[in-house]
Amino acid sequence: MRLILLSALTCAATGALAQGQLNIYNWGNYTSPELIEKFEAETGIDVTITDYDSNDTALAKVEAGGHGFDIVVPTHSVLPVWIEKGLLQKPGIPQMENYGNIAERWRTIEWDPGREWSVPWLWGTTGVAVNTAVYDGDINTSAIWLDPPEALAGKVNVVPEMEDVINLALLYVGSKPCTSDREKLRAARDVLAAAKPHWMSMDYGMTEKLGNGDVPASVNWNGSTFRARAQNSDVAYGYPKEGYVVWMDNAALLADARNVEEAKAFLNFIMDPENAAMISSFARYANGIEGSEQYLPEDMRTAPEIVVPEELRDAGVFSLACPDEINEFYTAIWTELQK
Amino acid sequence: MRRFDPAALPGFAWIAVGALILLWAPIATMVVYSFNASQSVALWGGFSLQWYAAAAGNAAVQAAALRSVVIALSAAAIASAVAKMAALGTTRRGGFRGRRVIYLVINQPLMVPEIVTAVALLIVFASVKVATGYAGLGYLILAHSAFCVPFAYLPIRARLEGMDRSLETAAADLYATPWQTFRHVTLPILAPGIAAGAMLAFVISLDDVIITEFVKSAGQDTLPTYMLGQLRRAVTPEVNAISTALLALTVTLLTAFFVLTRRRDTKP
Amino acid sequence: MTDRAAPTPAERSGARSGWLLSAPALLLLAIGATGPLLVIVVYAFLEKGSYSGVQWAFSTEAWFQVLFERDIFDDTVTLADAHLTILWRSVKLSLATTALAFLLGLPTAWFIATRPPECRAVWLFLVTIPFWTNLLIRTFAIMEVIRNGGILNSALMGLGLIETPIQILYTDAAVLIGMVYVYLPLMVLPLYAAVERFDMRLLEAAHDLYASRWQALRRVVLPVIRPGIVAGSILVFVPSLGAYVTPRLLGGGKNMMIGNFIELQFGQGRNWPLGAALSLILLLVVLCALVLLTRLTQREAEE
Repeated sequence: MRLILLSALTCAATGALAQGQLNIYNWGNYTSPELIEKFEAETGIDVTITDYDSNDTALAKVEAGGHGFDIVVPTHSVLPVWIEKGLLQKPGIPQMENYGNIAERWRTIEWDPGREWSVPWLWGTTGVAVNTAVYDGDINTSAIWLDPPEALAGKVNVVPEMEDVINLALLYVGSKPCTSDREKLRAARDVLAAAKPHWMSMDYGMTEKLGNGDVPASVNWNGSTFRARAQNSDVAYGYPKEGYVVWMDNAALLADARNVEEAKAFLNFIMDPENAAMISSFARYANGIEGSEQYLPEDMRTAPEIVVPEELRDAGVFSLACPDEINEFYTAIWTELQK
Repeated sequence: MRRFDPAALPGFAWIAVGALILLWAPIATMVVYSFNASQSVALWGGFSLQWYAAAAGNAAVQAAALRSVVIALSAAAIASAVAKMAALGTTRRGGFRGRRVIYLVINQPLMVPEIVTAVALLIVFASVKVATGYAGLGYLILAHSAFCVPFAYLPIRARLEGMDRSLETAAADLYATPWQTFRHVTLPILAPGIAAGAMLAFVISLDDVIITEFVKSAGQDTLPTYMLGQLRRAVTPEVNAISTALLALTVTLLTAFFVLTRRRDTKP
Repeated sequence: MTDRAAPTPAERSGARSGWLLSAPALLLLAIGATGPLLVIVVYAFLEKGSYSGVQWAFSTEAWFQVLFERDIFDDTVTLADAHLTILWRSVKLSLATTALAFLLGLPTAWFIATRPPECRAVWLFLVTIPFWTNLLIRTFAIMEVIRNGGILNSALMGLGLIETPIQILYTDAAVLIGMVYVYLPLMVLPLYAAVERFDMRLLEAAHDLYASRWQALRRVVLPVIRPGIVAGSILVFVPSLGAYVTPRLLGGGKNMMIGNFIELQFGQGRNWPLGAALSLILLLVVLCALVLLTRLTQREAEE
C-alpha cells in the first residue's frame, strides 16, 4: 500500500517537474532576450521569465511559498537575509566550469564570501545625474540634491528608495550607512528635511525625464543615466565624493526550486564572458565577469557612467540591509520626510 | 421657435464633450507615441513602426497582454453573474435582518488599499498552492472576480432601487411564471445596470497591478505587472504599441458587433 | 431597522431568498477577499518578524505605534500626528475627486441617457473604451499631455496664450486631474444606470409649474437619481482613499497618501503588524462612513 502511494506520489512529482524547464524571477526589463534565446538553443531548456519590481516584493512572495520559481536575482544588500531565512540553496558554484571567470573583486565579498550562494548578475552605482546645460559646476557631490545650487533649487528629483537615500545622506554628513549613532542619524535627518523644499519630486522613471529635459538633476542609477545621455548629451553622471552607493544584483538558486539542474546550467552559463556581456549590453550596467569587456559595445567600454573614475573609486560604499532596529530609524526619518 | 426640450439642461452637453476630450486626450497621445521612432516613451523622434515590430517579436509582452484580457473577461463574467443575484436578493425583499451585513461584505474589497488585500491573498493562496500543487491562473481569476464584485453590484443595485414593481405585478397577474417574469420583464429593465457593472468590472480587472503582483505564480505576468517591473528602469514604447493594437482590435470588434446587430434590428 | 416585531412569514421567506441569492457573491468574497483579510486582523496583534513578515507572538505594539510615536532621538512619546496628517491628506483628495467626478460625471451620464436609445451604447463605449487600456499606460499618457514640453503646454504656447510652460506635473492639480480621470467611469456608469430610468415627463411637468431648469434639476432630478449618486460616490470615494499609484506618479511622491504609508510598512519599513493595524483603522473609518451613508439615504427614502 505504502509502495503504491509512494510511486503515485513520485509520478505526480515528476509530472509537475516537467523536464527541461526553468523559471527565472527577475527585475523587470533586466533579462536580455538574446541571452535567453541563446541559452534555450544551446540546452533545449524552456525558460520562463517573471518580473518583480522590488526586493521586498520578491522576498515576501518567495517566503510565502508555492511560487514555482527556480532562480531569483536579489540585490547584494538583502542576499544575507535570503540566506539566513533559508530561502536559497548552494548550487556548488565554486565547482562550476566558469567559476574562474568571476573577477577577483567580485569573488571575495562580504555578503557571500567565496561565492557559495550566488553568481554576479550586474552591478552599478547610485549617484547623481545632472543636466550640464542647466548647471555646469562640480557634480561629483551629494550637495547637488542635499544643498542644491541656485540653478537647480526647486528642480531636483530624488528616487524614492528609502535605504539608498538615507545612506547617501549619512555619507554626506560624514557617517557610514546603518549607523546606530543617533547624533549622525539626526544630522542626516536634518540635512534631508532642509533639502526637501528644494526638491521637485520623488519619483522613478528618470531615464525619460532626464532625457527629455523635464528633470535637470536627480539622485539616479548609473545605467539609467547612461540611457538618458543617449537621448540628451548634456546629461552627466556624478559620483558624490562624500560617498556613493555601490550595489550588485546576484543570481541565486531557490531552496524550493523544482528545476535544480537546469538552474545550475543557467548559473554556469551566465558566468561565460560573452553571455555576461549580453546581459550588460541589454540593461546597460557592468557585470562582474572577467574578460566580458571585449564583447561589450564600444560605447559601453568607455562610458563615464560605467567606468568609475580612479580618484572617486574609494568613495563607493557597499552597504548591507540595515538590521531591524536601525531600519526603524530609517522608517521614522522617511515617514517624517514624506508625511 | 424651437421646441422646448426638457432633457437639455444648460451646459450639460458642453461638460459632457469636455469630459470626453479629457478621457480621450491621453489615449490619443498613447496612440501617437506608439509610432514614435525614439527609444523613450516621452520623447518624440519621428514616425516609425519599430515598436510594433518589437512588440510583435516580444512573446512575453504578447502573452502578458493576452493573459490580462483572459483574466478580465473571466472576472467580469463571474463578478457580474454573482453581483446580479446578490443585487436582486438585497433590494427586492424588503428590509430583512442581515441585509446591511451582506451589503457591507459585498463592498468590503473597496475598503482597504490594494496592498492589504494583496498581502492577505499572498499568504492564504501561497499555502493553498503548496498544499495542492496547483498554481494555475485560477487564483488570479478568483482574486479578480472577488474584488470586481462591488463594481458590478453597485450599478445594478442603483438601477433596481425604487424600480417600478407594477410591471412585474402585472406580469404575474397575467399568469407569467416567476421565471418568465424575470426573463421577460425584470431582466430587460435591469440590462443597462448589468452592462454598466460588467464594463466596470472588466476595466477594474484590467487595471489591477498590486494584487496580481502578489498572487501571480511563475510565468503569470499580466500587462500591468510587466510594466510595474519596468517602472524603476525604463518603460519601453512596446507597451504603447501593444495597447494600441488591443484598442484597435476592441474597437473593430465592437463596430462589427454594432453593425451586425443594427442590421438584424432593422430587418422586418 | 424595523426588527422589533416578529417577522411575518412573507418577510421570513424574503430574508431566506435574499440570503440564498446573495450566497454565491458572499462565498466568492469569503474565499477571494474578505476571508483572507482575517490574516491581516491576526497580523495586527503579532510581533513583527525580522526583515519581513511576523513572529507568532502576541503583541499590541502595532496599535501603540498607530497612536503614538516614540521620538527616535530622545525616546519621548508623543501622539502620532504624522499618521493623522497623512490620513487627512488622503481624505481631502478623495473628497475633491468625488466632487469633481460628480460635477463632470452627471452631465456626461445625462448626455448619454438623453441620446436616442440606439446610440446610447455607442456613447457608453466611447466613455469606457479609454479605460480598456491599463492604468499605468494611461497615467504615463497623462504625464505626456501635461508635462512642461508636453502637448498642452506646447499648444498653449503655440497659440500665444502663455510664454513659458506652466508647471502642472508634480502639482496638486496634476494629482486631481489624474484621479478624476481614473475614477470618472466609476461615477458615470452608475449615474447612467439611474438617469436612463428617469422619466423625462417629470421635467416637463416641472417646467409647466414654472420651475427654472436649476430648480428642476435640484428638486426633481437629483432626488430621483439618488441611488445612482450614492453608488457612484461610494465607487469613487472609497477606492480613491487607498489609491497611491496615481498620486505618486503625477504628484511627484513628495508627500505620502495613506495607501503609500501602508505599503511602506509592508515593504521597506518591514513592519507588517503596523501595516495591518493601519489598514484595519482605515477599514473602520470607511465602514463608519458607509453605515452612516446607507442610514442617511434609507431615512430619506422612507420619508
